[in-house]
Amino acid sequence: MDIGRIDQIIDKHGCKASSLIQILINIQSENHWLPKEVLERVSERLAVPMNQIQHITTFYKSFSLVPKGRHEVHVCMGTACHVRGAQRVLDTVEELTGIKPGETDVDLKFSLETVNCIGCCALGPVMVVDGEYHGNLAAGQLEDVLKNYE
Amino acid sequence: MPKINSSAEFAALRKEVLSSRDPNRPCIAVCTGSGCLALGAANLVTALKDEIQAQGLESRIEVRETGCPGFCERGPLIVVYPDETCYLKVQPADAKEVIASVLEKTVIDRLLYVDPVTGERVVHEMDIPFYQNQLRLLIGNNIKLDPTSIEDYLAIGGYAALEKALCQMKPEQVVGLVKESGLRGRGGGGFPSGNKWEFTRNAPDPVKYVVVNADEGDPGAFMDRALLEGSPHAVLEGLIIGAYAIGAHEGFLYVRQEYPLAVENITLAIKTAEEYGFLGKNILGSGFDFIVEVAQGAGAFVCGEETALIRSLEGKAGEPKPRPPFPAVRGLWDKPTNINNVETWANIPLIINKGPAAFASVGTAGSKGTKIFSLVGKVKNTGLVEVPMGITLRDIVYKIGGGIPGDKRFKAVQTGGPAGGCMPESLLDMEVDFDQLTKAGSMMGSGGMIVLDEETCMVDFARFFLAFLADESCGKCVPCREGIQQMLTILTDITQGKGKKGDLDLLLQLTEVSGASLCALGKGAPNPVMSTLKHFRDEYEAHIEGKCPAFTCKELFSFYIEPEKCQACTNCGRKCPAGAIEGGKNLIHVVDQAKCTKCGACLEACPPRFGAVTRIPGKAVPAPLPEDARTIVRGNK
Ligand SMILES: Cc1cc2nc3c(=O)[nH]c(=O)nc-3n(C[C@H](O)[C@H](O)[C@H](O)COP(=O)(O)O)c2cc1C
Ligand code: SF4
Ligand code: SF4
Ligand code: FES
Ligand code: FES
Repeated sequence: MDIGRIDQIIDKHGCKASSLIQILINIQSENHWLPKEVLERVSERLAVPMNQIQHITTFYKSFSLVPKGRHEVHVCMGTACHVRGAQRVLDTVEELTGIKPGETDVDLKFSLETVNCIGCCALGPVMVVDGEYHGNLAAGQLEDVLKNYE
Repeated sequence: MPKINSSAEFAALRKEVLSSRDPNRPCIAVCTGSGCLALGAANLVTALKDEIQAQGLESRIEVRETGCPGFCERGPLIVVYPDETCYLKVQPADAKEVIASVLEKTVIDRLLYVDPVTGERVVHEMDIPFYQNQLRLLIGNNIKLDPTSIEDYLAIGGYAALEKALCQMKPEQVVGLVKESGLRGRGGGGFPSGNKWEFTRNAPDPVKYVVVNADEGDPGAFMDRALLEGSPHAVLEGLIIGAYAIGAHEGFLYVRQEYPLAVENITLAIKTAEEYGFLGKNILGSGFDFIVEVAQGAGAFVCGEETALIRSLEGKAGEPKPRPPFPAVRGLWDKPTNINNVETWANIPLIINKGPAAFASVGTAGSKGTKIFSLVGKVKNTGLVEVPMGITLRDIVYKIGGGIPGDKRFKAVQTGGPAGGCMPESLLDMEVDFDQLTKAGSMMGSGGMIVLDEETCMVDFARFFLAFLADESCGKCVPCREGIQQMLTILTDITQGKGKKGDLDLLLQLTEVSGASLCALGKGAPNPVMSTLKHFRDEYEAHIEGKCPAFTCKELFSFYIEPEKCQACTNCGRKCPAGAIEGGKNLIHVVDQAKCTKCGACLEACPPRFGAVTRIPGKAVPAPLPEDARTIVRGNK
């Protein structure tokens, strides 16, 4: 990610230390993960020490310090999805992609994460791929759904 | 749009908005809440608009994209005005027929709700039993408005409460009304909102803040999402009124990151409200200034706790702080801060418009007004339901929810989020309000209501919540961190068949440990264990004896093919991913227990007319038939 764009984002948020989290969210939404150089730039501009930034990026679960695959798969493990068989959905996605939650495959095709509720509980179990929602999933459907992502 | 500077201008604006609308002009309201979008509502909208354009009907039929009215289970859904005809599970291919029916003033029978008991079709939205038994004072507005249109909100009386409060009342009077209404916080604790406002108002520091808690961390609840997505202006109006009453000039909305559409809609609402002069300097000419900013969470459940949320807003890690001092005295940047939940704020315009007495006429002695619940899990009609406080659990689950799907038996209802509790069948006639739920060993929480049937294993369910809490504990307090971890270890052992005699007593002892934690996450963590142990001790005991009666814990049940029922159709064997089914043409099939991964594919694959694949509690299965007895001899054709 180029420095000019990072600076733009920082400036959009008023270059305030209190906006640190919002800035990181914004950067990650564009870059999908937070490389070290990016964090260093943020640290420098906001005058927030690196160790504090590291604390923030590990405390909050949505930040990633490693590169992500081309497609981000989020399987909901919230309560409503849990009681409707989310575990089986997750097991099957793990089997099909060969990765566990928090991992990215070697081809950088899929990254897998679990989430705690995305607010579509009535359609559980739910999975989101690249922001696209898939509801009322049965384990048998997953292969067909994932096939659509290259 | 010119800025509105006075009561008179506001009255003129309302008049203008209303006069530009023809209530008899057909309008197709399509739910584009997150649930329906997931089911393809966007394509439906496109199909409807294309059809309208193709027929040149733009001036005759309006299409309105709205927020969630609650019946997500049957989405994508539409309501056709002025008749309020409700169609469910509408597909893009239905667009042509829908447009034709609007023009011809007919009804499309096949898209109507069918009453499962009487088999009768229901035409109007309000006559559907799911809605009929609700009291939708807040969520009912969603289908009536396009959340991106401030005019739609104005047309249903929006911002009238703001005008009344700011231009006709003193701040103290507004606080008084909220106190009088008996409104209690909808975010979990149920604290009287008026009192909280008063504390913040009376705090000596002149700089104060107001905050909307839209972190909605309870996994399985989405009331706040629906309100923010569908009625963002109502939340905003409540917030501005509160800021005026409390004396705050800056406010924040803290929205969880998983809710992108909510962020989009509320951000737009703020921008439009500024243009109209409902936000900014000298609002409606009252002399009151107020601005709002939106901040996003970054995936930490504990940030829903108010002191943690404040730290997160300050750009820090969201670790709770000891209270007192309460945020009302020392909150954001050490200034007095009033935090309320989304739904709490959304109730404020209602109280101002209708008066505290009307608001308090709904509900029980200690809990006034309505509450929105997210009715999910093993219930037929899942979705959002708004009910008067004091309705019974039975009415929610059966009258509104339509009961349990399939021919399964009801087991329990869980409320209060991860640190809440379960209510078994014997408590179904309980009246739902803050105090009764607490008395029953659960709590109101933010409104998650998860229905469980016989296939939900209560031990695994308790383990699920403890695992969630272990993961989400910020780790600051030892009792929380260690207490949860130890309970989780025992529960995990029990669900994996490693439970021992004495574990249950040990668990009960451990429930005392985390009580000394700083925040309610640690304090409430024992609740799921205590309430399941209290009502479902027999399930715990069965696990310790090696059996999971609900067929959930993989180590504690087995798949078994009943030899006398197996017709050697070979379906199961072909579906088994583990190669664990031995069989062949005309051979009775057998599950190799050593290879079976308990995936359940064979159970689904076995044709119901044979029903040969079954599950049995425990590890022991009957010995397989000897090889020579496995051949099926079929009669001649
Ligand atoms: C671990 C934890 C998580 C919480 N999560 C939320 C939440 O997601 N939304 C919310 O409104 N309140 C949440 N609360 C309650 C808040 O601390 C606070 O009581 C509430 O926002 C006050 O608003 P109210 O008075 O309108 O209910 C949580 C509390 C705890 C201890
Ligand atoms: S009780 Fe748990 S979550 Fe709350 S502050 Fe303590 S460690 Fe953190
Ligand atoms: S449960 Fe799954 S692994 Fe076991 S026999 Fe059936 S299909 Fe095979
Ligand atoms: S629990 Fe999965 S979407 Fe809410
Ligand atoms: S999202 Fe459409 S009904 Fe809930």
